[in-house]
Order: sequence, then structure tokens, then C-alpha cells
Amino acid sequence: MKLEFDAVTKRYGDHTVLDAITAQLEFPHVLALLGPSGGGKSTLLRVIGGLESPETGSLTIDGQRVPTGEKPLRTFRSNIGTVFQSWNLFPHLDALANIMLPLTAVHGLAAEAARDRSLELLERLHLTGHGHKRPAELSGGQRQRVAIARAVAIHPRLLLLDEPTSALDPEMTAEVLEVIADLKSEGRTFILVTHAMNFARSIADQVAFLADGRIVEQGSGQAFFSAPQSETAQRFLAKVLKY
Amino acid sequence: MTRHQTINAVISVLLAGLLLATACFAIFQALSWNWSGVWAYRQVFWQGWVNTIWISLAALALSVLLGLLAALGRRARYPALRWLSAGYVELIRGTPLLVQLLILFYVVADAVGLQNRYLAGILILSIFSGAYIAEMIRGGIESIGKSQLESARAIGLTRWQTYRHVIFPQAMRHVLPPLAGQAASIIKDSSLLSILGIEEFTLAAQQVNSATYSTLESYLPLAVGYLALTLPVSLLARRLEDKFRYET
Repeated sequence: MKLEFDAVTKRYGDHTVLDAITAQLEFPHVLALLGPSGGGKSTLLRVIGGLESPETGSLTIDGQRVPTGEKPLRTFRSNIGTVFQSWNLFPHLDALANIMLPLTAVHGLAAEAARDRSLELLERLHLTGHGHKRPAELSGGQRQRVAIARAVAIHPRLLLLDEPTSALDPEMTAEVLEVIADLKSEGRTFILVTHAMNFARSIADQVAFLADGRIVEQGSGQAFFSAPQSETAQRFLAKVLKY
Repeated sequence: MTRHQTINAVISVLLAGLLLATACFAIFQALSWNWSGVWAYRQVFWQGWVNTIWISLAALALSVLLGLLAALGRRARYPALRWLSAGYVELIRGTPLLVQLLILFYVVADAVGLQNRYLAGILILSIFSGAYIAEMIRGGIESIGKSQLESARAIGLTRWQTYRHVIFPQAMRHVLPPLAGQAASIIKDSSLLSILGIEEFTLAAQQVNSATYSTLESYLPLAVGYLALTLPVSLLARRLEDKFRYET
């Protein structure tokens, strides 16, 4: 997959979150966006997912321009699977209904077909028997796996994972990381924002390092972690990998 | 509650009860009951009570509809709609029902040629109650977290689908308990329709009173009749509150 950013700028009030990003990111399956908090990773992910529109500049995905305007953006978003840090499941629906809703309401599947596909996914994500439970009755790790199932069920062209394990304890983190690793071996394409450096190192084909609203550095996962080029990245890695 | 507070509460209730009992006893002693005179008019009471029920039901249905429209109007994309809804809610909530009845019935309904006083009464009561329900629904909608709306956007739901699948079902738990309370208010407020000559429960009691000159015997059944309607509704409201509190 190939992403091309052309002078993408995003501001919140006076604060420039993305500062005229011009870059090409190419990766076979997994791109990790890394960097310090407030560096613009999540915002960049949201721009890629069509949840935010940049003030200026444009972005193409595999040569196709990310649209502007509510209606084309909605169609665009519906083909991208997004997983949020705090899962954002619908609390009034059980796990099964959460996974089925986009299928029936947005993608026009019949209830039966949607149910079959959702049940199969629940099984694959080790959630058999939890389909009738509401999010409040599930553990954090289970919730995040339901959220991943919801995102994967639509057969997205691209999956976006925004700090999927930041709100989880170590054991649940392990459950979820395992599922994400499975996604890679299934050959899915996804972009991951994470602070789990060791995981990023093991799973990312390509890494983009963001700080102060810019892509400071990019390279293969291997190269980035063994020999970061920029001083910012060197300092960042030294700090986060120290303990 | 501490033991001290419990004792205080018990004593207060006992004192209040004693006072009330004394007052009632004094009044009842002074009066000679005339139940047989009032009993002859039981049909009038009954008819008025039934009218109050269906007037309240109609007003409840209509005011939920009005409240929903006004609540959505306050969140509309067009400023004119937002101002219109806000103006309606503030205007109605800021004036007494009695004043609205007088103006809307004798001025507005008259001007537009609305002759049916029952229809006019139900409409005015709905307009009044709708403003309060609008605020309940708005509160319910606004209680839905931003992350929920973002999730709806991410999976590609349209505005209407977001309301239908995400906002309304979740807002319901916030809206239902106060809505049940509002239903009890409508029942009580409908008594004011008596001033328009609508033959509901209160007017019926007034008619019986003027025919029999038995004030207490006319108005005691009135209070009991309203309680028979509002108590179950209040109980339902309490139930709903408990149920939804447990679920969250």
C-alpha cells in the first residue's frame, strides 16, 4: 500500500498538529506510526481514515485521493476499519449486534449473512460464547477484540488501529497483540499507532516516526529500531527502550 | 442515615400526621356529610374522570412528538430552526400554563377559527408539556458521549442511522424516567382545562359542587381520582429510574 501526503496541515485553534506533511509511505502490510505523545500520530491516522479533514493539502491512498465532503467521506470511511484506544463499542448492543450493525446498516448484508460472518469472527478471535454479552459484561481485552472483529467484519481495504492496547493491563494487552499479529499473518493491511515498542519492532514492515507534527524519519522496522537516523528518534528510542 | 436522623424523621412525620388528623377531625366534625347528594352525580364524576384520562393520553402522545421535534430542532444544521426551537422552549417554560391557556385559547384559537374546545385544550396542553419534554430529550441526546458519535461516523452510518441505531436507544434510558414523571404532570395540569369549559374531571367536580352545595364531598373524590391516576405513573417512573440506574 502506498500513501502520499502533499502538504497536509491540520490545526486545532492556534495549535498546529500536522505541519505541512509531505511524504510517501509505502509498505506491504503493516505500517507503524511511532513518536512522542502530542506528535501528531493519532491525528495523522484520523486524517488517513477520513475522520478528520486537513485544512490544506491532500492525501492519496494507492493513487486514489481521499475525498472531501460529508457524503463521499462517509462512503470512504465505511470501507476502512477503525479500532480506537477505548474500543468505542455501542454499550446498548451485545457483542454480536455490535459486529453486525455496520454489515446490515451500511453494507447491506441480510441479517442472516451478517450473523454468520460475525459468529465466525467471534470464534476466530476466541470470543465464542460471548456474543450475547454487552460491552459492560466483557473484560477490556475482550472488548477490544470485539472492536477488532467489528472493524475486520466489513472486509476493509485498510485497518487503522489507534493505540489499541493503551487502556489495557499487560495480560489483556497480550491477548490483543496476539490477535493483531494474527491479522498480519492473514495478510491484512493495517496502520498501527502504538507505544508498545517491542511489538511495533516485531510486527511493522515500515515505520514512520512523528514529532512536532512532522514525519521526522521513516524506514523499515528493522532499520529504524537498529539504527535510527535523526537525533529526535535516537533520543526517543533511548528513553522508551531503557526500561 | 444515622440513628439520630432516623429518629428526627420519624418524629417529624408523626407530628405532621397528628396535625393533619386534628385538622381533618375538626373539619369533619363541623360538617354534616351529604354523600347521598353527591352519589346521585356519580355518572358526572365518572365521565369527567374518563375524559381526563383520554385528554391526558392524547396530550402525552402529542407532546412527546412536539418535544422530539423541538429537541432535534435545537440540534439542526439551520440556525433558523435552532432559534425557533429555543424560542419555543424558553417562551413556554417561562410562562404559566394558565396564561398560555388564556392567550392561546381566547386569542390564537379564536383567530385561526379552531372551534373544538377539546381539540384546542389538548393542543395547548401539548404545546406546554412539549417544551419540557424537549429539554428532557435534549438532555438525553447530549448525554451520549462524543466517542459514540465518532464510532458511528467511523463505521459509515448516516446522520439518521446514527440517531436510530446509536443515539435514540441510548438516550431512551435517560429520557424514560423523567418522561413518566411528566406524564403525571400532564394529568394534574389537565385540571386547568376546566376554565375553558372542557368537561374533564375537575369541571365535573365543580358542577357537582354547585348542584349539591357539598364542597368537601365533591372535591375529596376529585383528589382521590387524580391520585388513582398519578400514583401508578409515579411508581412506574421510580421503577424505570431504578432499572436504568442498575444497568449503567
